Amino acid sequence: MTAVETEGTTTLQKGAVGQSIPRKEDRRLVQGQGVFFDDVKRHGMGYVHFVRSPYAHARLVSIDVSAALERPGVYGTLTGDEVAILTDPFFQIAAEPGGSVKDYALAVGKVRYVGEPVVAVVAETRELARDASELVEVEYEPFDVVVDAREAVADGAPVLHEECGGNVSYSGVWEWGDVDAAFAQADHVVKISELHFARFNSTPLELDGALVEFNRGTGQWTITTNNQFPGFAVIMMAPAMRVGTDKLRMVTQDIGGGFGNKITSHPQLVALCLLARKLNRPVQWTEWRTDFHQSMSHGNERWFLDTEVAVMADGTMTGFRSRALDDAGAYLRYEPLGGVIWSQVAPGMYGWRNLRLDFTQVMTNKAPCSPNRGYSRMQHLWFTERIIDIVAHELGFDRVELRRKNYVQPEQMPYETPNGCVYDSGDYPRALEAVLELIGYESVEQRRADAASRGKLLGFGIGSTLDSGTNNFGQSQLLNPDLQFSGNNEVATVKLDIFGEIVVTLGTTPQGQGHETTAAQVVADILGCEPDIVHVRAGHDSYWNSHAGFSGTYASQFAVTGLGAVKGAAEDLATQMKTLASMVFQCPIEAIELADGFARIADNHEAALPFMALGAIPNANNAGFPVDPPPMNARYVFRPAFQVPDKEKKFGNLTLTYSMQIHACVVEIDQETGVYEIVDYAAVDDCGLRVNPKIVEGQVMGATAHAIGAAMFEVFAYDEEGNLLTPNFYDYHVPHTLDMPPLKTAAIESPSPFTPLGTKGMGEGGGGGIHCICAAIQDALDASGRAIVTSSYNPYHRVWEMLREPERSRGTVEVISK
Amino acid sequence: MNVAATPVSEKVVTVTVNGTTYEHEVPARRLLVHFLRDDLGLTGTHIGCDTGSCGACTVHLDGVAVKSCAVLAVQADGGTVTTVEGLGDEELTPLQQSFSDHHALQCGYCTPGMLMSATALLAENPSPTSDEVKVGLQGNICRCTGYWNIVEAVVAAGKGSA
Repeated sequence: MTAVETEGTTTLQKGAVGQSIPRKEDRRLVQGQGVFFDDVKRHGMGYVHFVRSPYAHARLVSIDVSAALERPGVYGTLTGDEVAILTDPFFQIAAEPGGSVKDYALAVGKVRYVGEPVVAVVAETRELARDASELVEVEYEPFDVVVDAREAVADGAPVLHEECGGNVSYSGVWEWGDVDAAFAQADHVVKISELHFARFNSTPLELDGALVEFNRGTGQWTITTNNQFPGFAVIMMAPAMRVGTDKLRMVTQDIGGGFGNKITSHPQLVALCLLARKLNRPVQWTEWRTDFHQSMSHGNERWFLDTEVAVMADGTMTGFRSRALDDAGAYLRYEPLGGVIWSQVAPGMYGWRNLRLDFTQVMTNKAPCSPNRGYSRMQHLWFTERIIDIVAHELGFDRVELRRKNYVQPEQMPYETPNGCVYDSGDYPRALEAVLELIGYESVEQRRADAASRGKLLGFGIGSTLDSGTNNFGQSQLLNPDLQFSGNNEVATVKLDIFGEIVVTLGTTPQGQGHETTAAQVVADILGCEPDIVHVRAGHDSYWNSHAGFSGTYASQFAVTGLGAVKGAAEDLATQMKTLASMVFQCPIEAIELADGFARIADNHEAALPFMALGAIPNANNAGFPVDPPPMNARYVFRPAFQVPDKEKKFGNLTLTYSMQIHACVVEIDQETGVYEIVDYAAVDDCGLRVNPKIVEGQVMGATAHAIGAAMFEVFAYDEEGNLLTPNFYDYHVPHTLDMPPLKTAAIESPSPFTPLGTKGMGEGGGGGIHCICAAIQDALDASGRAIVTSSYNPYHRVWEMLREPERSRGTVEVISK
Repeated sequence: MNVAATPVSEKVVTVTVNGTTYEHEVPARRLLVHFLRDDLGLTGTHIGCDTGSCGACTVHLDGVAVKSCAVLAVQADGGTVTTVEGLGDEELTPLQQSFSDHHALQCGYCTPGMLMSATALLAENPSPTSDEVKVGLQGNICRCTGYWNIVEAVVAAGKGSA
């Protein structure tokens, strides 16, 4: 049964903004006329295949490509030795010790995970490239392997990067408030020895890749790709390649899902650039599914060790302290930023004022981690939600009441957290009421009894979560004070062309978020026309001059940064249009209005210029004007007003907006097998003003599906030798149609006071589904052994283990009361 | 008497795709999906996995929905293929329109395969229930939507055509 119920279609504005208009992108996509990078061909292009390491940790003794080169149809190869000569190691975000990591486009000297690219082979067809790759002879000297973060920090562990003097990439103590006093005054201290957030990622259906052309005359590469953060990619690539960023033209159109996983393809893109130059021909690479699973953008795996929670007798929670151990995998491609990004949501949705997290990130012989939907905050929010449910479980508090009591309250908004982040707006208790109503909370006990009569254990769970958006990149300086990144930006241009065409370009790289549609909605309202006649260019092209250093689509920000830029440019153009009309009509600009596709005198609609006339004048018919007519072309850079955070106190506002979701679900567990089913599910979202409610709901649904997959099915599991056990969609089960529970959604709107449109970034969803499924399982097990859920990943066999040996997880929790 | 035949490495195939008949020499091992995308330039059919799991490459071969990554081009010899480009002409089919109306696509990468599977389903069962749609689409992975809107779109299109 599928049930989708949507409530709350409140809109705060008249016009196109706030309406669920159909998406402009849809027509080409349902007709198979989208242009994804793999659809683009060039004459004489070569296909690239990467030879990858079968060892998780080994020295590269020798590489022989001669047999491959002799194969007819093979155009050439690239090895790590060549890369080490032609490029410098990628710039590292980390300070020491992680700053000493030497990372190249291909393995140099040794390999550090199974699937690491060692050699690239280029041939006339993709089949030939793959065949020839098998002729490359690589001799390895295997080393000991470490795949468990807890072992990687132990003395004597195999060391991945000798230059770092160990496996730690970053460590730091994050403490705010008076933690010792909070614990001294607490009536109860709840201790949780170990919680584990498992490794998975969003596995976009389209794989990574690019078509790369080198123009010998200009020394410029054109990179047609699906990288979702071109601003970051060129910052990484250009210095490594010893060229200026202008030499790297990044082009995208349609991207088949990203979810953060397509941010760190820069090593492969560099290899392709070197090959295009070396072989003097376009080269094309499309990743294989197994390659993606083995090597690309795993989500951060994290342990929370020796957690303690300070609780007052009435249930007020005053603080927590814990040790986080984050597993970054073998290289730091975007890491160790995960080591700070969690602190955007340090207290979760709760009023905790005294916090201490001792954060250590380590490197292991597994695929490198990179952003994944909910990046780093999801892990931490899961931790805060586990705390709430475990405290309730151990001390006998009602989970709903405990949340109501400890949530940051609406009258506290905007709320400054203990670490200086500012929650811009929101009404968490109201959202909680809404989700309880959707799921029918009052009937849960009755449903529990009914399930029991059928031999099933029923459980109910809540997951409260935040989706912080619009990063202040100054937070990177909390990890590495020498970095020169701060703030944020995004760019848009809006112009009126010769025949009155309204043309919008964006700096973003949408992957299904409907930017063409929502940008058109914003422009239409400002220019007084219908969204249908606003033409938003599809994709990103660094030739358009509509991008800046942080351009891209990531980290829940388009509705703020992207649409903020669109609004600014459209308002500029509107002023230009009114100015030109006032010049023509020789009246004050204040007398002009834009409406119905005209610039006209507000109280004399006969005096009206169609957009076509306005576009033609400066572009093609400009003689006779005493002063320059406005160019009908506006470029706007949106910049949120951030400060660089206090590096000593680790204090400051790290993100501009805080969307919120509360999820609730009901599960039924079969006691004999541990097999369980989600029988009811509800999610309430608050992302401020919704420009297009249907698109917002689509994002909530997608994030929910990812969370269900992560909680029940999806894991990147490794054996002790570092072999990935889930390298394809057979072994790595993503949810299918039949896995999906009935879903009810609703929305409330708490407009952000800090953004141009009252919007908040959203889309990542904060893993609310993982939190609520864990909570529901723990609730169901209350009737049979009272196991504690200590992992984010709970497949059926783990539930079965919890039913059989509940004391194992119960033994990880202890309560000390005054 | 058996004589070991020399393995055939190339073969000329004749395939009718979206109403046009093509005669093409292809490597014997070429997958139908690569024949469609690379030889014929019909890039609406997508590839999302190596294992026949995701359904992004679904097309109709002789009226049956197949995963074109699990069929060799030579197996389609003499056959009739319909791809997403062959659904409707300039106008959207009711199913395509329903996908847009119900926001049943985000990135659009799985969409061609979804449409081909759902079109085949509707041909067999013009008014499927949501459970029947779920069974009919279980071979197609979508990572953006969570399927809810896709199931709604197909059910609604079915009612429309009934």
